[in-house]
Amino acid sequence: MTTLTLKLQPKAPLEGEAITPDNFLGKPAAAIAGLPAMHGNEPALLGDFFQVDGDGSEEIVLVGDLRRVKSIAAGMTRGTVIIQGDAGMHLGAGMRGGEIKVYGNAGDWTGAELAGGKIYIRGNAGHGLGGAYRGSRRGMNRGLIIVDGNAGNEVGAVMRRGVIAVAGNAGDFTGAFMIAGSLIVFGQMGIRAGAGLLRGSIVSLKPAELLPTYRYACTCRPDFLNLIYQKLKREGMSIPDGCATGAYKRYSGDFNRSGKGEILIYDQR
Amino acid sequence: MLKIINGEIYDPVNNINGEVREIYVDKGQITASVAGGRTIDAAGMVVMPGGVDMHCHIAGPKVNTARKMRPEDHRLDPAPRTPFTRSGVGKTVPTTFVTGYRYAAMGYTTAFDAAVPPMAARHAHEEFSDTPIIDKGFFVLMGNNEFIMRQIAAGEHEKLRHYVAWLLQASKGYGVKLVNPGGVEMWKSLGNARSIDDEVTGFGVTPRQIIESLAEVCMELRLPHCAHIHCNNLGVAGNWQTTMDTMKALDGRRGHLAHVQFHSYGGRPGKLFTSRVQELAEYVNTHPNLTVDIGQVLFGDTTSMTGDGPLAYMLHQISGRKWVNVDVENEEGCGIVPVEYKDKNYVHTTQWAIGLEWFLLIRDPWRIALSTDHPNGASFIAYPRIIRLLMDREYRREMLKHVNPKAIAKTTLPDQDREYSLYEIAIITRAAPARILGLKNKGHLGVGADADITIYDKNEDKEKMFSSPRYVIKEGEVLVEDGHIRQETYGRTLYVSPQYDPAVEKDIREYFDRYYTIQFENYPVQLENYLPRPEEVAID
Ligand SMILES: [Zn+2]
Repeated sequence: MTTLTLKLQPKAPLEGEAITPDNFLGKPAAAIAGLPAMHGNEPALLGDFFQVDGDGSEEIVLVGDLRRVKSIAAGMTRGTVIIQGDAGMHLGAGMRGGEIKVYGNAGDWTGAELAGGKIYIRGNAGHGLGGAYRGSRRGMNRGLIIVDGNAGNEVGAVMRRGVIAVAGNAGDFTGAFMIAGSLIVFGQMGIRAGAGLLRGSIVSLKPAELLPTYRYACTCRPDFLNLIYQKLKREGMSIPDGCATGAYKRYSGDFNRSGKGEILIYDQR
Repeated sequence: MLKIINGEIYDPVNNINGEVREIYVDKGQITASVAGGRTIDAAGMVVMPGGVDMHCHIAGPKVNTARKMRPEDHRLDPAPRTPFTRSGVGKTVPTTFVTGYRYAAMGYTTAFDAAVPPMAARHAHEEFSDTPIIDKGFFVLMGNNEFIMRQIAAGEHEKLRHYVAWLLQASKGYGVKLVNPGGVEMWKSLGNARSIDDEVTGFGVTPRQIIESLAEVCMELRLPHCAHIHCNNLGVAGNWQTTMDTMKALDGRRGHLAHVQFHSYGGRPGKLFTSRVQELAEYVNTHPNLTVDIGQVLFGDTTSMTGDGPLAYMLHQISGRKWVNVDVENEEGCGIVPVEYKDKNYVHTTQWAIGLEWFLLIRDPWRIALSTDHPNGASFIAYPRIIRLLMDREYRREMLKHVNPKAIAKTTLPDQDREYSLYEIAIITRAAPARILGLKNKGHLGVGADADITIYDKNEDKEKMFSSPRYVIKEGEVLVEDGHIRQETYGRTLYVSPQYDPAVEKDIREYFDRYYTIQFENYPVQLENYLPRPEEVAID
């Protein structure tokens, strides 16, 4: 295990993309402390801000208020990163494999354009969770993201594959321009959920105000949801009673695009 | 002062083919001798004039709109600040600064933007002011200008000529450009020109008349560069006929056909897309009034940007990707759409092969210029790879294995054995484009030429050789050494000032009052405010 403890709060954002198991593996603690990290527009070293304990391993533990540390574990392909505290923007963006756990909140663009692996956030997530960067043709493209708290706007935007589950509320434009995949919000979704949806499923356990380009289709009990809930349970998420076996109102859309996608709203009755 | 010794010189204008000679530089020019100053020992190196790109898209509102439209493109290619250069981003639509640096680092010292609406000239000049190192200029879009079409319809050829001269002066442009003549105007009412004899809706003129009249005017005004023509029907299967008709319509008048690759297709829309380069190249071979640049396609992601609005709409319909369409009042249009050329795709492979066929089938290298129509076919950064494709037959054969076999079998490319020599490469990348542009001080290393010089380490891999020159010298200053920019300077803006009868201004002013949203007085670009280093290219 490699432990990085924040010893000096960065004044400007610190670019933390060097913090990945891939990068640490096989390096002694001193070499890890010597890895470069831009501090604002000044070159700096990880060791300037972190106390590094233990040589490089598959498991990294980060301790401290890391809200100003950006791109932690971005692009990682293996191993585990555990964050005891809050993480900054772009956490695990473009990640391809391995696991990230945050015992705190995560910033904007967490898991953006995720290509594989798992991210579990015990607190809240910011905007663009598992989303697509501006202009990208594709957001998340495999993997799993779980948030125990709330998430901001544009959760799972332009998602292509994978699963995102948010236990709390999600902001506006949830699943906007989704291509495929599954996005589950136990709480309330903001306005314009599924805008421009091509295919894929957006699920909410709370009533939602849908766009006029969605049409009620039927009330059903989709099997795949049951499977997803079982999976989420195994990952440690608590699933509200009844939702795994209950009925859902299916709305087809977005008819501004193909009409082949769906929003499933839990039928409370 | 500077002396370059022991280098192998490739200077086709002066018939120097790889001889070891000395070159002397003083006050930004090549001179007959110097006393003192730095000496560069170029032993074992190749010395050429700086590269000249005669057709690219690097400045003005359409380029800037493409920048805004493609943040995903920029994210992949950050260009951090260095002690000598500013930061920016690259990829298919680089920032102004990165555009200048990358041209220079590749040994190119001059570049011409091929399509600026006169209304947007001020913006293009502002971007030029922030484009370091290279000398630059632009061609002014005139092929869909309503005032021009009115004069042609009314048979007012004299007035047309005065107007064209006025417009070049007002925009501080370098040449006359036609983009889908008449067709862009028709697109504004949802049509398009399908042949050069279609009547432009509401104007009573045909693309043929626009082509003839403007080609004629360019010659009458004795402009250094002839009419620069992007034919009708770009990208459409079967368009080779339109291209042939356009060349025939020129009827001995000088004309430059831009990115001919995009205009050499057989078949019918949706069917039998094939290469018809042979017929077209043969026509160019036997008609010395014609010159071409290629618009080579390379596989990968890029951005199509054009004054040809209906073309962008067609590309958007094919790919479903985001697009921009602009109506430039009274003058032109514009369209932008991201494009990905795929090596397994039948049409894209055919386009790739057509470009190379053009390079290999034109016999006289003096009438051909290397271009990708940056960024339409590929970024200008791809030039070294194209050079390798032309110089290295084995590499070309290797590439043929990776492309769509059905498509390639229908082209003549597998049968082409020709390999370009360094001398011929020096022609198509500097000497010929400079000559076609009418730039007497560029594209050669004779006494009096601008001291824009590129020195390459020899390398069997011609792509490597041409991507990172050992030295790049601009106006006598060594700006690039060992592939890195060591100094930031700013080049000149080249423009022409043909004479016109001031009486024409009365008509133009009335026209502005009636149809333009901009005041006549506010229209012309002021030399002193917008061109930090102006250079008027003389009309002879
Ligand atoms: Zn062009």
